[in-house]
Amino acid sequence: MLRRLSKEQPENFKFTKVNLNWAKAQLKKYPKGRQASAVIPLLWRAQEQEGWVSKPAIEFVANFLDMPEVRVLEVATFYFMFHLAPVGSKAHFQVCGTTPCMLRGSEDLINICKSRVNERQKSLSSDGFMSWEEVECLGGCANAPVVQIGSDYFEDLDKDSFEKLINDIEKNNTPIPGSRKGRFSSEPADMTKKYSRKKLSFENASIERFRG
Amino acid sequence: MLKNKDKIFPNIYGFFDRSIKGVMSRGGWVDTQAVISKGPDHIIKTIQDSGLRGRGGAGFPTGLKWSFMPKSSEKPKYLVINADESEPGTCKDREILRHEPHSLLEGCLLAGIAMGCSAAYIYIRGEYVREREQLELAIAEAYEKGFLGKNACKTGVSFDVYSHHGAGAYICGEETALLESLEGRKGMPRMKPPFPAGAGLYGCPTTVNNVESIAVVPTILKRGSGWFTSLGRKNNHGTKLFAISGHVNNPCVVEEEMSISLRDLIDKHCGGVVGGWENLKAVIPGGASVPLIPKTVCDNALMDFDWLKEQQSGLGTAAVIVMDSRTDVIKAIWRLSKFYKHESCGQCTPCREGTGWMMRIMERLVAGQASVDEIDMLLEITKQVEGHTICALGDAAAWPIQGLIRHFRSEVEDRIMANSSKKVIQAAE
Amino acid sequence: MTTKKVKINETVHDFDENLTIIQACELLGIQIPRFCYHEKLSIAGNCRMCLVEVVGGPPKPTASCAMQLKDLRPGSDGEPPQVLTNSEMVKSARKGVMEFLLINHPLDCPICDQGGECDLQDQAMSFGFGKSRYTEDKRTVEDFDLGPLVETHMTRCISCTRCVRFTTEVAGIDQMGQTGRGEDSEIVTYLSQTLDSELQGNIIDLCPVGALTSKPYAFSARPWELQKTETIDVMDGTGCNIRVDSKGNRVMRIIPRENHSVNEEWISDKSRFVWDGIRVQRLDTPFKKTDGSFESISWEDAISLASEKMQSGKTTFVAGDLMNVEALYAASRLCEYLEGSKILGDFGASCTLSSRSYYVGNGKIEDIDNVKNIILLGSNPRKEASVINARIRKAWLSGANVYRLGLEENLTYDVEELGCSFSDFQTFLDKVSSKKSFWADTLFLVGYGFLDTKSSGAAINAVRSIVEKYKSKFLVIHPNASAVGSLDLGFEAVSSDKQKFLSEADVVYNLGCESVVPDQKCFVIYQGSHGDKGAASADLIFPSACYLEEDGIFVNTEGRSQYAKKAIQPPGKAKENWRIIRALSEKLGFLPRWFDLNGLRSSLFEEIPIISKPGEIIEVPWEKAQKEKRLVSKTILSSYLNEFYLSNSICRSSKIMGKLARYRNSTRIKEAS
Ligand SMILES: Cc1cc2nc3c(=O)[nH]c(=O)nc-3n(C[C@H](O)[C@H](O)[C@H](O)COP(=O)(O)O)c2cc1C
Ligand code: SF4
Ligand code: FES
Repeated sequence: MLRRLSKEQPENFKFTKVNLNWAKAQLKKYPKGRQASAVIPLLWRAQEQEGWVSKPAIEFVANFLDMPEVRVLEVATFYFMFHLAPVGSKAHFQVCGTTPCMLRGSEDLINICKSRVNERQKSLSSDGFMSWEEVECLGGCANAPVVQIGSDYFEDLDKDSFEKLINDIEKNNTPIPGSRKGRFSSEPADMTKKYSRKKLSFENASIERFRG
Repeated sequence: MLKNKDKIFPNIYGFFDRSIKGVMSRGGWVDTQAVISKGPDHIIKTIQDSGLRGRGGAGFPTGLKWSFMPKSSEKPKYLVINADESEPGTCKDREILRHEPHSLLEGCLLAGIAMGCSAAYIYIRGEYVREREQLELAIAEAYEKGFLGKNACKTGVSFDVYSHHGAGAYICGEETALLESLEGRKGMPRMKPPFPAGAGLYGCPTTVNNVESIAVVPTILKRGSGWFTSLGRKNNHGTKLFAISGHVNNPCVVEEEMSISLRDLIDKHCGGVVGGWENLKAVIPGGASVPLIPKTVCDNALMDFDWLKEQQSGLGTAAVIVMDSRTDVIKAIWRLSKFYKHESCGQCTPCREGTGWMMRIMERLVAGQASVDEIDMLLEITKQVEGHTICALGDAAAWPIQGLIRHFRSEVEDRIMANSSKKVIQAAE
Repeated sequence: MTTKKVKINETVHDFDENLTIIQACELLGIQIPRFCYHEKLSIAGNCRMCLVEVVGGPPKPTASCAMQLKDLRPGSDGEPPQVLTNSEMVKSARKGVMEFLLINHPLDCPICDQGGECDLQDQAMSFGFGKSRYTEDKRTVEDFDLGPLVETHMTRCISCTRCVRFTTEVAGIDQMGQTGRGEDSEIVTYLSQTLDSELQGNIIDLCPVGALTSKPYAFSARPWELQKTETIDVMDGTGCNIRVDSKGNRVMRIIPRENHSVNEEWISDKSRFVWDGIRVQRLDTPFKKTDGSFESISWEDAISLASEKMQSGKTTFVAGDLMNVEALYAASRLCEYLEGSKILGDFGASCTLSSRSYYVGNGKIEDIDNVKNIILLGSNPRKEASVINARIRKAWLSGANVYRLGLEENLTYDVEELGCSFSDFQTFLDKVSSKKSFWADTLFLVGYGFLDTKSSGAAINAVRSIVEKYKSKFLVIHPNASAVGSLDLGFEAVSSDKQKFLSEADVVYNLGCESVVPDQKCFVIYQGSHGDKGAASADLIFPSACYLEEDGIFVNTEGRSQYAKKAIQPPGKAKENWRIIRALSEKLGFLPRWFDLNGLRSSLFEEIPIISKPGEIIEVPWEKAQKEKRLVSKTILSSYLNEFYLSNSICRSSKIMGKLARYRNSTRIKEAS
């Protein structure tokens, strides 16, 4: 897939105060003169802030890290998690389509995206709230099929639960991440039953903690 | 089945308390200082004796790798943890990162001190945002307890651990591409030599290890190499995290003894193959890069490095992808070809051009729109990619197709025949 | 140097163990095909064309461009490692790589400017398949605009990244890169910026296929139709070795020749693209000025008129910047005969430059590669000698320190600023005064800014004292191709004397100098090729050949004499420079001993032996430095060259240079605002 910057670009980019302080702190992780190491984390933070990586953001990061702009552009286009154009304002569905997910029905999820969001990936739905793309293996194969929205994984999906997920998002009901089959993490499904689900989430609520 | 007491990761599902208090109650960060006080040589020797082989896919002996690090160096030395986990089918490191991060951190400290490293960088794939949050929480806990940082575990040694992340590129799992990425560039593999042990991160001596390889280290050191070698077959020791996906009743990640039979693994932990063992068609035993094995081989398969290698496949990352009889195996492999085409970094000609070409031919094979000679041509193309590139992604792209043709050639041919006769019928109508 | 025994194919040889396999093979004359590898660039190892078999190594071929001999392991019985360059494994690997390179490459050789000199085309013939087995759609790629010099056809790109490596490593501009990844990666400039470099044309030579071609040369000729002349460039004082390709009597293009001691294998864009200025604004017949306007006259009348004027008064000869030594010599002899004087036009010094150990120095361009410290004194090598600047950058990249006395300008590398005046220089000298190890590993690059300021005499003496004491090196950067030759022939450079000679003159005989302003009252004869400022202010014009139209010697900035060769005929009635002066001498009653160029040269070499060995630098005796004086002047050193692209009469006639100058100015204005 060709990776080019969007034709439409905002005038400028600036980190929020919090993010700027965070960015400065990042530099301490790396030896002196090696601040370029922080380029991915910074671009990522810019994307978290704005929803996508714009040209001004690339230039801001280049300037911040004292890197040539073209080197930052290379990075932004090489790594596919960077969106180079705006994505759905409520949700961008990243549907894993690689074999383990495919074997467990990801094609159905993609079809749902096509009919409910947009026939084409990386294009906004008519109301601009949603977009989708097929991504490569998300590393949640024991919970396939997996869809990532923002920072969260939605797992063990099927047609119905995915439709419901989209409904929830449309209605602004924040869905709880994780398995749609009641699993706690990647344990065999029959083991979940042995532990009381309630007790688990009380003791050490994986999901609750995940939502930070 | 692996006994509970032999599990290295008792909380792999996160059922129990994951705070550092809970971790310590299960033996984490206990006796760490005592282990360190036996000295670097002891640590490296024990790991060598344990026969631990790298869990990142290649199965290279971990202790031996550590011994390549220069003893003295003017430059700082680094340990880099490969938590890029992107090999399709693989989702084991994820569980360590989010549920057992302290085993990894303790391992980093022990391995780091053994090799004289000043710091460890943990490179996590960008998609694992929540996992990274868990890890960073654990790092903060460990610093707070004084297990990391200046005078780590009261050893007088300073050792830092940093988390770092990528942003979606399978190639960054390749160790030198990972280093490039960590230095702020595109993840393009470096040529070797120089090897990372000579010039790795920032040009300094570096060892790159998989998450699991390092996370098992504290337990091995505490329980002794003899315990580890008592598990598994010769040369294939210890326990292993298996990730089973695809057509099984209960897909899962599970810690088991190395060299467990494939059938036991699936039947005992995953509730069997969907529709029963007889409904099995093929298994990819070690993540997308290794050639699949058909049911006949699966029947007797032992899940370890050497057994699978003898079958022209491999244990890889122990990511078992199960396909039952309904599966369109040609399509399953085509999807992997698409993956490799998507993930090729574009540096070497054979991989850049070959992955796309192979994918396009595979695409036609799925529909049967090809001639039978093209099967051999495809096989030849895979041979032209394999071994001709800087890193092993080219090989990884070639092998699944070679496996398909090796074991399912007749199915591919049938598809072509069916398609051409369909055309003949259409023409006749 | 540690040597190592390696068996290549069937014979064992001793090699420097730091060589790569490809270099070792080259020494033996074994050609290994390659695309990405280039001697002067970092190793990418990405094209995989250079694969060879290492016996006993892993069961797969090895990239010979990247593997050093020292990393080859000996055989099991300690026998030398063996490399095979033509085994079945190697042949099949090459064939495979070629096939992959061609699948997405358009088959447009018939309309490609690279046709006939394309590495891909050549190697496809040698290693490829006869017929393509690729039946899928080919990739499409968008082109982008690199500006007026380099044309892009990115469908032909094979992603070897030579262009990216050249621009970042040698040219020192971070504008090119490869975006995206895999099959869809693209070579781009940042948001399609035009490249901001004086050396960008070199990527045309480096690109092994027709992806980057010359815009001005586009579709104008096929390589086999061209006549190739190996000669010397005169756009600056470096003396870059070039090859001029001409068709009929027209120059079609200029490309560099390799000469490690001088220009490695680069030339500046000025040297490469100036050729469209050769035919423009030409003086093709003698002219005489009457009542303020020029009318053409015959050679005979022109010579008679000149001799008449010169006999009746005192003549001052002025050397321009594009004149070969032969013409200058002929002029010198005539000057002696007439008891006139001769001055150097474009360069003035405020101190005496009595011998080469003043105006050339004891250094060589190649010394830049080997010193730890480089001190720039009143010179902007990026403008005055772009190729030398690339060399300084290379040294800097491999760890040399660069110091600068003079105005701050971006040179593509970091410099430590010493200030702008001689007193600042003195401060620096005091600081490191007795650090022997520092000075012993230092090269001073002295520019005109340093030589033409108040108290330059003391300053150059200070430098020369250090050089003498600590065996440092110093080299003067002459931005002008005729300067060293003129100085060797005794043309006067001291500004005050120059002024005197000009004001005394009744006749000024101007040999192509554009910057001298003679007195209103004197008669000016201009001999040169292009109608520029010099010609405009003349009373009589002798049209002459330019540097591509006659044989001639040029002495470069380090004192190396090199032979320029005639590539094309001069236009109209223009004549070779030495011939014009000889004809005039005869008319004036002075009969030189020579009748042809060879005769002239033997006489010249007898008189000035230091330029008698083509291609070489002949060492000259060192003239002792005088007693040191402290440098106190606070006068700010000036820069010599402002407009890189418009520095002489030929480039001022070139449309392309004009375009580049305008472009550069507009971006500079943008940057400033
Ligand atoms: C294309 C490619 C992708 C890889 N991806 C991963 C990965 O995601 N995680 C990992 O640990 N190793 C991966 N590896 C293997 C690493 O290069 C390296 O061998 C490993 O990190 C070494 O760790 P170990 O010795 O502990 O196994 C990959 C290798 C290749 C060629
Ligand atoms: S444009 Fe030419 S030099 Fe640049 S990468 Fe492509 S083929 Fe190589
Ligand atoms: S020349 Fe060696 S890989 Fe390109």
